[in-house]
Amino acid sequence: MLTVFLQFLFSGLTVGAVYALVGIGFNIVYNATSIINLAQGEFVVIGGLMMWFFSESLNLPFFLSAGLAIVSAGFIGFLMERLTIKPLKNPDLLLMIMITIAVSIVLRGVLMFGFGKEPYVYPSFTEGEPISIYGAIIQQQALWVIGITGFCIILLFFFFKRTIIGKAMLACSVNTTAAKLVGINVSKMVMLSFILSAVVGAIGGMAITPISLMEYDKGPMLAVKGFCAAIMGGLGSNRGAVLGGFIIGILESMTAGYLHSGMKDAVALVILLLILFFRPAGIFVSKTMMQLRKF
Amino acid sequence: MIKGVIVKKSDLPFFLIFVFLILLLPVVSGSSYTLTVGIFCGINAMVAIGLCILMGYAGQVSLGQAGFYGIGAYVSSILSLHFGIPVVISIILAMMVAAIAAVILAVPALRLKGHYLAVATLGFGEIIFIILNEWGPGGPSGFGDIPHFSLLGYVINSTTGYYYLIWGSVAAVMLFSINLINSRTGRALRAIHDSELACNAMGLNVVALKLKVFILSAVYASLAGSLYAHYITFVSPSSFSLFYSILLLMMVIVGGITNLWGAIIGAVVITVLPELLRKFQEFDVLVYGLILTLTLMFFRKGLVPILIEKMKKFSGGAVANH
Amino acid sequence: MLIIKNIWKSFGGLMALRNISLEVKQGEIKALIGPNGAGKTTLLNIISGIFQPDKGEVFFRDAGLVSLSSAKIARMGMSRTFQHVELFGNMTVIENIMVGRYLKTKAGFFSSGFRLPYVVREEKEVLHRSEEILEYINLAGRKDETASNLPIGEQRILEIGRALATEPQLVLLDEPAAGLNIKETRDLGEIIRKIRNDLKITIVLVEHDMDLVMRISDSITVLNFGEVIADGSPLEVQKNPEVIVAYLGEEEEIQAGYHADT
Repeated sequence: MLTVFLQFLFSGLTVGAVYALVGIGFNIVYNATSIINLAQGEFVVIGGLMMWFFSESLNLPFFLSAGLAIVSAGFIGFLMERLTIKPLKNPDLLLMIMITIAVSIVLRGVLMFGFGKEPYVYPSFTEGEPISIYGAIIQQQALWVIGITGFCIILLFFFFKRTIIGKAMLACSVNTTAAKLVGINVSKMVMLSFILSAVVGAIGGMAITPISLMEYDKGPMLAVKGFCAAIMGGLGSNRGAVLGGFIIGILESMTAGYLHSGMKDAVALVILLLILFFRPAGIFVSKTMMQLRKF
Repeated sequence: MIKGVIVKKSDLPFFLIFVFLILLLPVVSGSSYTLTVGIFCGINAMVAIGLCILMGYAGQVSLGQAGFYGIGAYVSSILSLHFGIPVVISIILAMMVAAIAAVILAVPALRLKGHYLAVATLGFGEIIFIILNEWGPGGPSGFGDIPHFSLLGYVINSTTGYYYLIWGSVAAVMLFSINLINSRTGRALRAIHDSELACNAMGLNVVALKLKVFILSAVYASLAGSLYAHYITFVSPSSFSLFYSILLLMMVIVGGITNLWGAIIGAVVITVLPELLRKFQEFDVLVYGLILTLTLMFFRKGLVPILIEKMKKFSGGAVANH
Repeated sequence: MLIIKNIWKSFGGLMALRNISLEVKQGEIKALIGPNGAGKTTLLNIISGIFQPDKGEVFFRDAGLVSLSSAKIARMGMSRTFQHVELFGNMTVIENIMVGRYLKTKAGFFSSGFRLPYVVREEKEVLHRSEEILEYINLAGRKDETASNLPIGEQRILEIGRALATEPQLVLLDEPAAGLNIKETRDLGEIIRKIRNDLKITIVLVEHDMDLVMRISDSITVLNFGEVIADGSPLEVQKNPEVIVAYLGEEEEIQAGYHADT
């Protein structure tokens, strides 16, 4: 009993870590620009597939492949921002939504063209026996996923709270004019936010591929679940996104395990709808914060 | 004059041209292939018109139209196949189910704006897809043997027959929609799009109006889905996925979100495109994405409004403007 | 017509309105003036139902308004204009007025879609009435122009015209003269007086333009820092030392030029 429960718990934590990273990616762009980048999920896929490309297809050593994969993802984030976001002056909301969707379709198209529709995989980061906790079997890679996610979160925390660049990024969406007036290069910050969110997503993709493989069209579902994680904690709050991601991952895993595996995607969706309908400001958010946020 | 009563005089020429073009196609090319493509253009056009009213006139977003389309297809099929209910009644019942689903979605969702509304509708569409995939007859493989469309004993089972049925329905839907846009409701919707604050100050029940438009777009999608099902006589969940919702969005945007005719043009363009690009199989997703991106960036207004603008510059005269 | 009793409103820590009470008599033009930030627009928003007060009552023709939605209040016979013009920018001038007629019409989705005979008749009537209103406010020449293309002066008048289309008993005007030149302001004043005299509509006017206010108001309430500091006829208010201090500081007096034209 406990074994089974722990098994589901850990698999939930593992997949939840990726959702958390996607959610954080949403937050990074949102915090700098007030845009919600619906192409966020594609960066995860790019991370996984590019890692395969460098390590398996080109047979480059691990760290080099990882570095190149991260750079590729960052570069695509850069391209996206420069080509489609920056040229727009005063975009209305609908246009933004549509453009990020359009970009996600283009990215998916390119991935399909380059990698086809089959799933890809590469070996776990470390070889070794799975760990056993009270009978539950946990692969080493799962620990890597959770560990790397935790590490990213801590890094990002310091970045946004303690560095000038991080704070500048946050300032941009709070009050763009004021940010410009104090000398912040808003345009650069926006670009940086896209690159950073792409990198964060890609890291998640790179870590999870050895466990659940990667296909060209996993993007949208990841985006939806990651977005769900982001709004659970209140859009813009990384702490919330992390908690949200893990909660969704665990609930999903429990649903698949105890109830019906076909329903597992529905879990995140139902949670998403419930939150949007009843607590769009996030469930960890206080009442005054709720009134102050605008939708 | 009767014509002035059925639709406003200024829209009449366009409508007649439209009817003429519809009638022209089977004459120009009676091939089964052309007519089949034409049928799909029509089905998509019907859903697109509803989405256009929702987005272009009322200013709401929906990424979940495929859900209502799927409800229309499945409910009508199940009722007519498993319960022996006459096809026309099944279609009407399916529209009612879609309307109810629209209410369930819209009442909470319409309080949301922008991105939140978009994602809420996306989530809704996906949930419908999952329900159809898990619990629909046949699961992911779908089911067949759906009865053909029949009315008072007369069964339609030829491609030409369905071509006229579907485009006839599109014409009827278009008439209804044009009338709606030219009425106090249409003005109210456009007003909501511009300033909800002022609408409230003028006593409009904005929430009720938005809800009704949502229901309208759901009902159009449902009708299209039902007709689709009785035409193909086979349905599977894969036709009702998020990709279709996004495709619909593309149709409306490419055609021009502020113009009803744009929905039809957009539907035709987007439906015909993959046929033209048949040789580029692996590129199709990519091409879709590029077309959408480029349209959004450079032809934001959409084909029809841009065409109208160009025509206005040339003639300097009165061209009907919706 | 309108009774405001002990209204209090705060936003977070900021107290916007303190114990505001005032009365607007039927058929009068009542001006609400005060320095920037005094709370005038907030009060207007509370009256028209956009905000709810923390405490206090508002009575419109003996009916309580607090806790009603702005749409509901509009249906009771009150309409308004906004500080930042809230026209339906993408619609034509006549269409803006026609939307104002919404409350007075009935056609629903089905009837409109099927273009039933009564809908056709109703539409003709709406058009006719709207044209009449445009004539009345002298904008008939602009009938088919896009509303956002109008100069600001005409936009404000159009907004008033739209407010008239609902056939209200009371109209709230929020700084209608903002951004208008002298001639436009005079025209505005004429129209406001015309509305009150011909149509017997009560008017509450929030304004900064003292010339306009002194010329056309029957009574004035002065707000400062969220409190009523004076209430009376234009002549009384002009001479009130507190009002003078509020606007201009300790040392000066309002120029002798502002004498009420009676």
